[in-house]
Amino acid sequence: MARAATTTDAFNAVAEPRRRDLLDALAGGERSVNALARELELTQPQVSKHLRVLREVGLVDVRDAGRQRLYRLNAPALKPIHDWVRPFERLWEERYGELDTVLAELKDQEEHDGHDD
Amino acid sequence: MGTTTEHSAKVTLPADDQILISREFDAPPHLVWRAMTEPELVSRWWTAKRGEMAVCEIDLRVGGRWRYVMTATGGVEVGFHGEYREIVPHERIVSTEVFEGFPDAESVNTVTLTDLGDGRTRVETLVQHQSSEHRDGHINSGMEAGMQDAFDLLDEVAQSLK
Repeated sequence: MARAATTTDAFNAVAEPRRRDLLDALAGGERSVNALARELELTQPQVSKHLRVLREVGLVDVRDAGRQRLYRLNAPALKPIHDWVRPFERLWEERYGELDTVLAELKDQEEHDGHDD
Repeated sequence: MGTTTEHSAKVTLPADDQILISREFDAPPHLVWRAMTEPELVSRWWTAKRGEMAVCEIDLRVGGRWRYVMTATGGVEVGFHGEYREIVPHERIVSTEVFEGFPDAESVNTVTLTDLGDGRTRVETLVQHQSSEHRDGHINSGMEAGMQDAFDLLDEVAQSLK
């Protein structure tokens, strides 16, 4: 279950901040290269280069729509990353669930003390 | 407890040597600060019901040290320690952290409290590791804790069947 140490997997593809920005933008729906370049204030060749990496690892799909090509997110390809992080996230969810209880008590105490003063 | 919209911790990986843990709480920053810096309060939540807090030392000043040791449900002790580098009351703590089972992988953790108004606070913890390998090991430790959890649950189920 440990992550694969290759240069061509989804983990590495999302390690680059601009590629994550591209994925975020595509989460909002299909986009052309030009639209992505405008949205992220990058040049078209920069966007194309990153999209190529994202396509190679299957995170992004493309289709022809008339004169332009539209790119879209292939969300299931992100699942291995989600699965890997999930147990760690659960530890923190449980920790912070307990912290909620502590905070609720501190709030009660503070209100109580406030009335007494 | 109860009324905020987002109550689950979110873990993201901003870079290949970083982890960001973020969560909102129904309490103002000064109470969140207390719950995160007073040993008797930290002891109540940090173990996430996976064991007992055996040691909780907090010397809250720049250069001061902290150490948490949990005796996990199976009797195994897991220890963490570090040193405070920056302290801005109710706003920010920067500290180092070492898992004693893997002492080479020291990270620098920045905890930021953001006052959201209405008595709510966002807590963000950015864990900066020295390498992606150390970061990955840190994430994998969650899997081990999760599996321990599953074993404990299995144990409980097995007991109940007796």
